[in-house]
Amino acid sequence: MSLGDSATPIGKARGIGSAHEGGVHWITERVTSIALLLLGVWLIASLLLLPKLDQRTLVEWLHAPSGFIPMALLVIVGFRHSLDGVKVSVDDYVHEEGSRFAINIFLLFLAVAVGAIALFALARIAFGAIG
Amino acid sequence: MIVSILHRATGIALSFAGLGILTWWLFAIGEGTDGYASFAKVAQSPIGIIVLIGVTWSFFQHLLSGIRHLTMDTGMAFELGVNRIFAILTIVGSVLLTAALWIYLLGVTK
Repeated sequence: MSLGDSATPIGKARGIGSAHEGGVHWITERVTSIALLLLGVWLIASLLLLPKLDQRTLVEWLHAPSGFIPMALLVIVGFRHSLDGVKVSVDDYVHEEGSRFAINIFLLFLAVAVGAIALFALARIAFGAIG
Repeated sequence: MIVSILHRATGIALSFAGLGILTWWLFAIGEGTDGYASFAKVAQSPIGIIVLIGVTWSFFQHLLSGIRHLTMDTGMAFELGVNRIFAILTIVGSVLLTAALWIYLLGVTK
């Protein structure tokens, strides 16, 4: 098989070739998964290491850059990875093109909206007064 | 097979329940002492603890089966025996990690 002709014989007969897209989505899902591996372990370790889990302790934790920055990354990368992952399930199980498009757009809006609420909540803690 | 389905199921659970609770929790922390108390009350109720245990198990299961998928992306661990052991280990690992975490958490808070 020569370069630039990667269709299998049956694929060629049916007129089905590469989708020519989706590679970036696939890579992104894996890169964000490695980031979330680190950030997720950071979250659990942080919660275990905090002396108490009351409101004041949590505010002080997220007020400091060492708490705020990883948490902001966890929120952003977490919502991105979720959106990428759920899209795979939708694309696999929803076969009707119109419904698939509608569901994916709905999930995109949902992820951006809830992600924005999470970032607002985090910014309010980080830039607000302690106590 | 089952671990692959679990990866999707736990991923969807984390996307909705996990990120939903994370967002609610961050919002509640910023609401002040009283606002946080109402979150803590729900989180520490029997149903709240069951949901949180479910989310932490989903997290560990998704993390471990995610490592398995990344390993298989490199072309490793496709041999039937190795693959099967790896799959079983993700379940054993996620249950043990969840149990250890919650025994510690419930032991410390009481």
